[in-house]
Amino acid sequence: MEVGQLQRSFLEYIAALFREGFLDGQFSQLQLLQDESNPDFVVEVVSLFFEDSERLLNDLTKALDQQNVDFIKIDAHVHQLKGSSSSIGAQRVKNACITFRNCCDERNIEACLRCLQEVKQEYLLAKTKLEALFRLEQQIVAAGGAIPILDEFS
Amino acid sequence: MSSGIDNETTQFHVLAVDDSIIDRKLIERLLKTSSYQVTTVDSGVKALEFLGLLEDHENADINKNTNSNPTFPPTGNFHHEMEVNLIITDYCMPGITGYDLLRKIKESRLLKDIPVVIMSSENVPTRINNCLQQGAHEFFIKPVQQSDVNKLRPHLLRGKSMENQPNNIIINSSKRKPIEECLSPSRLRAKLKELELVQ
Repeated sequence: MEVGQLQRSFLEYIAALFREGFLDGQFSQLQLLQDESNPDFVVEVVSLFFEDSERLLNDLTKALDQQNVDFIKIDAHVHQLKGSSSSIGAQRVKNACITFRNCCDERNIEACLRCLQEVKQEYLLAKTKLEALFRLEQQIVAAGGAIPILDEFS
Repeated sequence: MSSGIDNETTQFHVLAVDDSIIDRKLIERLLKTSSYQVTTVDSGVKALEFLGLLEDHENADINKNTNSNPTFPPTGNFHHEMEVNLIITDYCMPGITGYDLLRKIKESRLLKDIPVVIMSSENVPTRINNCLQQGAHEFFIKPVQQSDVNKLRPHLLRGKSMENQPNNIIINSSKRKPIEECLSPSRLRAKLKELELVQ
């Protein structure tokens, strides 16, 4: 595929991610921080997010599986996940975390389990889509092109 | 021929404190785009260690080129020959919070004049007020933006100019450009007036 086509596919894909609420303006901020001296900045930050999130989701699963559920600890984990998803612009993951924290406040185990499922689902969706986005980027770069920045306001 | 204190080529050094590895990476990148030198630590305790506020002379001697005389008192904001010009810290951290860190810095004779900025993902007015009252210069809501980081420069410049001898010109020609870049003409006039009064 020629570079122009790849770039158009990329722009369409990322525009859809913004439109469907998977990504918000914070992701654009990350892209703006990437330049020739830090060409892999976005991938690096998002990779850290993946590692960190998977650790937190594991901890949350274990915490909800205990005899005596420690809601304070669970809330702390969700707070962390909310923060990191917010920092990379993973809007739907962030929103699922906000809902989760409300369930923690109510100390409702069943609701928390449902919330955890929801967060896991949103996380997996975000991960799949971001990985697809990065693959498109790689193809563009391999074809000798530059990664276009989506102008959200156009 | 340069004078003893040559601030023209000195970079500002910012200490960033955050338990989140994602947020550390982000704040580091944001600070580096402003050409600041950055050190990141993942806890308030490590920040205190770095600043020399904990009784840990072993760490102070790591760089053999510095004065490694163990009886020499910790020089406060000097560590590994790198002065800290601003501290930016997350509020919610396990162990000591950003607020605790702020208080310890303000209670320290050596460090109390270093500007401290707090970051938090939660917009809680009482929290913000408490931090500002405790001496924080800014309170940023996360995720921190470039526009937030741009607000740090006046605090850093003010800190540098207060280090100069009273007889020196507070703003020399090499400093004029950075101030002009972030202030409108009327604010620049007000700022120059304000700094002239600081002797």
